[in-house]
Amino acid sequence: MYTYDDIDQRLIDERVAQYRDQTRRYLAGDLTDDEYRPLRLQNGLYIQRHAPMLRIAVPYGLMNSRQLRKLADITRRYDKGYGHFSTRQNLQLNWPKLEDVPDILAELATVQMHGIQTSGSCIRAITTDQFAGIAPDEIVDPRPLIEILRQWSSFHPEFAGLPRKFKLAVSGSKQDRALVQAHDIGLEFYLDAENKIAIRVWVGGGLGRTPILGTVIREHLEWQHALTYCESILRVYNLYGRRDNAYKARIKILVKALGAEEFARQVEADWEHHKDSPSTITQAEFDRVASFFAPGRHATMPDQDAAFDAARASNPAFAAWAKRNVHSHKVPGYRAVTLSLKPTGIAPGDATAEQMEVMANLAEKYSFGELRVSHEQNIILADVKLGDLFTVWEIARVHGLATPNIGLLTDIICCPGGDFCSLANAKSIPIAQAIQEKFDDLDYLHDIGDLELNISGCMNSCGHHHIGHIGVLGVDKDGSEWYQITIGGKQGSDASIGTVIGPSFAAEEVPGVVSRLIETYIANRTEEERFIDTVRRLGIAPYKAHVYAKEAA
Amino acid sequence: MSNLIKNNAIVADEWTLITLPAPAEETVRKQAGKVVIFKITGESAATPEQISSTEIPEAAKIIVPLTVWQARKDELAARAARREVGIWLESFELLEDLINSVSDINSVPLIAIHFPRAVDGRGFSQATLLRTRYGYRNELRAIGDVLRDQLYFMNRCGFDAFSIRADRSAEDALASLRDFSDPYQGAVDNPLPVWRRHTRVAHHAAASGRVFTRSEDEVD
Repeated sequence: MYTYDDIDQRLIDERVAQYRDQTRRYLAGDLTDDEYRPLRLQNGLYIQRHAPMLRIAVPYGLMNSRQLRKLADITRRYDKGYGHFSTRQNLQLNWPKLEDVPDILAELATVQMHGIQTSGSCIRAITTDQFAGIAPDEIVDPRPLIEILRQWSSFHPEFAGLPRKFKLAVSGSKQDRALVQAHDIGLEFYLDAENKIAIRVWVGGGLGRTPILGTVIREHLEWQHALTYCESILRVYNLYGRRDNAYKARIKILVKALGAEEFARQVEADWEHHKDSPSTITQAEFDRVASFFAPGRHATMPDQDAAFDAARASNPAFAAWAKRNVHSHKVPGYRAVTLSLKPTGIAPGDATAEQMEVMANLAEKYSFGELRVSHEQNIILADVKLGDLFTVWEIARVHGLATPNIGLLTDIICCPGGDFCSLANAKSIPIAQAIQEKFDDLDYLHDIGDLELNISGCMNSCGHHHIGHIGVLGVDKDGSEWYQITIGGKQGSDASIGTVIGPSFAAEEVPGVVSRLIETYIANRTEEERFIDTVRRLGIAPYKAHVYAKEAA
Repeated sequence: MSNLIKNNAIVADEWTLITLPAPAEETVRKQAGKVVIFKITGESAATPEQISSTEIPEAAKIIVPLTVWQARKDELAARAARREVGIWLESFELLEDLINSVSDINSVPLIAIHFPRAVDGRGFSQATLLRTRYGYRNELRAIGDVLRDQLYFMNRCGFDAFSIRADRSAEDALASLRDFSDPYQGAVDNPLPVWRRHTRVAHHAAASGRVFTRSEDEVD
């Protein structure tokens, strides 16, 4: 993974000093709340319901064992001994003290970490596929370009005061796992007709209050121009994005208002003026950054291991885990492992300091000392040898990290919700837990198969409910908490936004509603169909009929 | 004491900023129940009445609103020829209107861009475009809600003068121009990105321990 040199290190050290001074001035009364707010937000610090929340960047979800140990240490010393891995592939602390944050950032800087631009109206942390670099369907490893984009976007002076937050995602594989269509800018690597690597540029996607999938504004961009082209997109947005209404300030609203064609024309017109500027990426710089992600450290092995096969054959629990939590790898003899942060009864994405240390140790011993955070809020060990899988499973299981539910109904994506977040209309964690409790039968879960259930506590959609096969959205009705259900949403290359099935439900009704949706699926599915396929074939009518039948009776 | 920073020093301000009189009726606009703070780019900045009733003093050097400049150019022509008329624009005004209002942008001795609130970043792009696409070389001044924590960014976007908000110390603000010593990306102040300014190490060097990482091996 990328390692800082003295230039990177000096920048984050200077950031710590700058933020320490900003906080000092705020506490001394020299900065008002309104003046301090954008400064702390651009460093990931929110003021929340019970305490501030600090969002720590894990650039494109990639970190090493030493960093994760430091995070564990910080949660013990400055928080309550646990942290929350979020859908932005980063880590959130729920209980830091505002006046401790400069010290926390100084601690993070010792392991090349920070909270820069994890919040606020600026270019946010850039996200990608958690299987970048190892996925068999990968066309090009997106991480070198993302690292170049990360550096370019960090403290970018022109884009330090955008109308609203701005999120980029980069995908380098055939099947999109980076949600490029649901970001302000999505860069999608592909092979063109001449078999050359090119970038397809999506803009104007986003979930939130107005869920919209992005539009392609440039079908073919040479990677050398990624920075200058993004600069033009951001410039048009910075100048013309709406600032009169925060709900209409995302780039998607501008793209809709102008029309994608006109928006693209304005971008191209700006780009003409500077497209070959010094920000054009050189092959030498690309190669230098790519050297940090270069393959070649894997051993040469057969793609088969007798001990693994034997364990799978004799141990059904291990076999179930291997089926759901182990993923294919482009190098023979290796697999990626998802450590599930979704056991029943724990807030999805939460990990204790002890679990962080266990994961750090597992990574160090079995996976080149590196870990990844997925936007599904789990932790990935990307490079585990087949022969080590059983040991990894045994250790993970002891520490509650081996729930065999990846991609299943209980692998719920869930925002912190009303228990923590001051934006939330409703709680989301108790809903996730109630659903997990209702579907605690593993055999039934595996029979239901692939199913993504996403929960957001408000329409800001941090829990990505619009693209869940089943989406649950917390809404406020006359001061009480209700839940709206959507079905038919999907992430990926064939993404779609879910459809609301009807009037919303009280919290205690939600698990029952999910049951009825599943019953409808099981009654109607063909042999090969996943939940989402059946919804797409039948539409929402039969689901709706079954769910609301009870009320009628 | 002056609150103007120019070329990294606090200097006396030779210019008088001319503002529009308040409009006859101030309508409070609301969106989603909230008072609208920012205008949409391209909205008009002044009514004809405001423009015509703007008082232009006989002071030697003046900075006039773009709308006043556009409407009363003839009246200001002699002073402009003596390079005593600067122009300021709102964050929501169109840069193209300024460009189209002069035959040569470098005949304008001073352009100021107004930041209604520190978080309105449109001025960053306006400044960048003035310095790059339009080749403007004279004084570019940030006015309005100009606070020290924006200065580093403003400076990188091509501003060379900063009129610090009256209730804040320009002395303190000077320090923030040096918040970061070696930025990643190219910008107006230095178009070269970091990789064109320095030779940076690739991974093999990092692995052999030549890279400075603070807590592991404090060798540098």
